[in-house]
Amino acid sequence: MRRVVVTGLGMVSPLACGVEPTWTRLIAGHSGARLIDGFDTSDLACKIAAPIPRGDGSDATFDPDQWMEPKEQRKIDDFILYAVAAATQALADASWKPVAYEDQIRTGVLIGSGIGGLGGIAETSITLHEKGPRRVSPFFIPGRLINLAGGYVSIQHGLRGPNHAVVTACSTGAHAIGDAARLIALDDADVMVAGGAESAINRIGIAGFAACRALSTNFNDRPTQASRPYDKDRDGFVMGEGAGCVVLESYDHAKARGARIYAELVGYGMSGDAYHITAPQPSGDGAFRAMASAVKRAGISPSDIDYINAHGTSTPLGDEIELQAVQRLVGNGVNSLSMSSTKSAIGHLLGAAGAVEAIFSILAIRDQIVPPTLNLDNVSVETRIDLVPHKARERNVEFVLSNSFGFGGTNACLIFKRAE
Amino acid sequence: MSDVAARVKKIVIEHLGVDADKVVDNANFIEDLGADSLDTVELVMAFEEEFSVEIPDDAAETIVTVGDAVTFLEKATAA
Repeated sequence: MRRVVVTGLGMVSPLACGVEPTWTRLIAGHSGARLIDGFDTSDLACKIAAPIPRGDGSDATFDPDQWMEPKEQRKIDDFILYAVAAATQALADASWKPVAYEDQIRTGVLIGSGIGGLGGIAETSITLHEKGPRRVSPFFIPGRLINLAGGYVSIQHGLRGPNHAVVTACSTGAHAIGDAARLIALDDADVMVAGGAESAINRIGIAGFAACRALSTNFNDRPTQASRPYDKDRDGFVMGEGAGCVVLESYDHAKARGARIYAELVGYGMSGDAYHITAPQPSGDGAFRAMASAVKRAGISPSDIDYINAHGTSTPLGDEIELQAVQRLVGNGVNSLSMSSTKSAIGHLLGAAGAVEAIFSILAIRDQIVPPTLNLDNVSVETRIDLVPHKARERNVEFVLSNSFGFGGTNACLIFKRAE
Repeated sequence: MSDVAARVKKIVIEHLGVDADKVVDNANFIEDLGADSLDTVELVMAFEEEFSVEIPDDAAETIVTVGDAVTFLEKATAA
């Protein structure tokens, strides 16, 4: 199998448009959560979310027109727009612009989403009901399909290699990066743009996740305090949106063109809980096996892991189960391990979470600093693991593990290693 | 310019994202204004919505330029 490295990063997050401004604000302890003002929440139990800060592009706001023509924007749901922005950034960051046909056919795309065009489906259902089928737009289907995120990226950048997509709920971003790396390792491509995108902050999305009792409802008057993984007062996740994309590349390809290498993707592990559609298995066995499998693939010992970017959604059940599974994995390594949940700052980006968090993990390696778990005032269960409460921490970071666990009991873990 | 023509041109500019000075009577949606087959379907839907008329598929196929649309819609709304 060929070695796979990360050479480009791109992101649209609730903290900012762009990787560097997001990272700077994350390390500084900013939160992207706020009261929802884009639609009526008077009858919703949850009235908060972590939306993309839109604007004219100044102060790292997200200006849609900078990434896609307005006439195209009308045809699609925002997850595609976010994916195009993140992918465009990542390719530019990697200085990879395949123009020659030979380069284009060796460059592919693997971008997923948890739910795709939920908002557009809801709106079009109303159109169908009120005005009939002749008013359903020809762009309704192509603008909602999950693989059209990758489709648009491929068309915009001339990427003619493998064109694939992943749909595994909140594990989507991690699976996309892991699967894309496999395609490179197996020589199906030299370069892959991989990641996840999501835009489910709308009435039906909030109503649906609230019905699952997954969202925080006790902090509507204090949005920035609502996402509080591992804290005893946590009561659910805060929904985020956005996209993260990385450029993955075979080590030899990156070296040959003199690309900057952020990190090497050395481990990828997957598992299924076979337990419940939304609840994690109480023993954390699925999470444990996904992590253990990634560790085995990386050829390291669990105690070699310096930092874990946790799945840690701030739901009452999940956080402690993940913590247990991590403790079982690392054993005595708990004393030297840092683990934080960046969902405390940006909320849960669902299908984009794994990709955005993989990027944070890579930046932790680059800058030798681990981002904080905000709002962690009182840990709900005793642990010797450093959960990085409130403030980022400078420390040695050689190996990072990024965890993602999704509805349906689907688990994906990635391990990155500091570039040599 | 008739009221119908002005409304047609506004829709074309909005949906195809083209400059107003390109939206002339003999401009072909696909060849001159960069539309694809899906864009033309959506344009016809937008005309139907704006003018509260129904444009059958066989009639829609004959509407290939801005002028075609104006002519069709002037007749349809005069009836």
